[in-house]
Amino acid sequence: MPVDSFKYLPRLIAAFYRTIERQPELPIPWTPLPRPLPGCTFGLVTSGGLYHRDVEPPFDVAREKQEPTWGDPTYRTIPTDVRQAEVAVSHLHINTRGVLSDVNILLPVHRLQELAAEGHVRGLTDHAYSFMGYQGFPPDTTAWQETYGPQVAEKLKAEGADCVLLTPA
Amino acid sequence: MPVLARTLEAAGLATILVTPMPFWAEKIGVPRTLAVEFPFGHTLGQPHDTVQQTRVIRQALAVLETARAPGTIVHSPETWPVVQRDALKSWQPDEPSPIVQIMAPRFLEMMRQQRRRKV
Repeated sequence: MPVDSFKYLPRLIAAFYRTIERQPELPIPWTPLPRPLPGCTFGLVTSGGLYHRDVEPPFDVAREKQEPTWGDPTYRTIPTDVRQAEVAVSHLHINTRGVLSDVNILLPVHRLQELAAEGHVRGLTDHAYSFMGYQGFPPDTTAWQETYGPQVAEKLKAEGADCVLLTPA
Repeated sequence: MPVLARTLEAAGLATILVTPMPFWAEKIGVPRTLAVEFPFGHTLGQPHDTVQQTRVIRQALAVLETARAPGTIVHSPETWPVVQRDALKSWQPDEPSPIVQIMAPRFLEMMRQQRRRKV
């Protein structure tokens, strides 16, 4: 059965999304997997609004409350050996209880470490990167595409990443 | 997030996106996607269900390894073990987001007008 994108959306938001007509910009980028998975180092990127508690600041949800059509486009850096208690979240569009109890549902650091220990992948980069998914209304992803996305790509490559697992919230 | 998949892929990283919204992956054009029918904020499964999380991640790795053309979307067979009505409620924030507080009354009015036009 194909996944129903609207199953867990409130009816109003689903009705609005269904009115959107958009075609992908072609070509869709493509980088072949450079080697078999057991040799691959993984980067992790989420848009769950996670950040490293007491080390980096939260996303700017205070401004979003003042200016609801704006969303913080910056990113946060999280060590992949982070402990659960060191993970915090600032995201006004999801209930954060789940990820605050288990980071792996949005940033699977511990699951990837297990898969590396079993030899399925080589390992993780030293840091993961976190965005906050709400990019305003209507959404404006220019800063992601032109500034922050390329910065994260360069950091991941400098840390030895071959591939990236992306997990939106 | 689909645009970030494109950005990272264009920078030379092979990406796999796991998402509950393949709708956007298709519209924006993502290199490789695993679609999961899970509530928002729970992309890889239920908290502390390490077995399910690992299963989803291994499905994602399989897509990363086997996809041969950009725009590949594979639908995961995983199901969410909570009834839809409760799951729909529990992923949402306790207080509606600022934009939803502003837009909800406007959408409702738009939909009312559409219904009136149809009558």
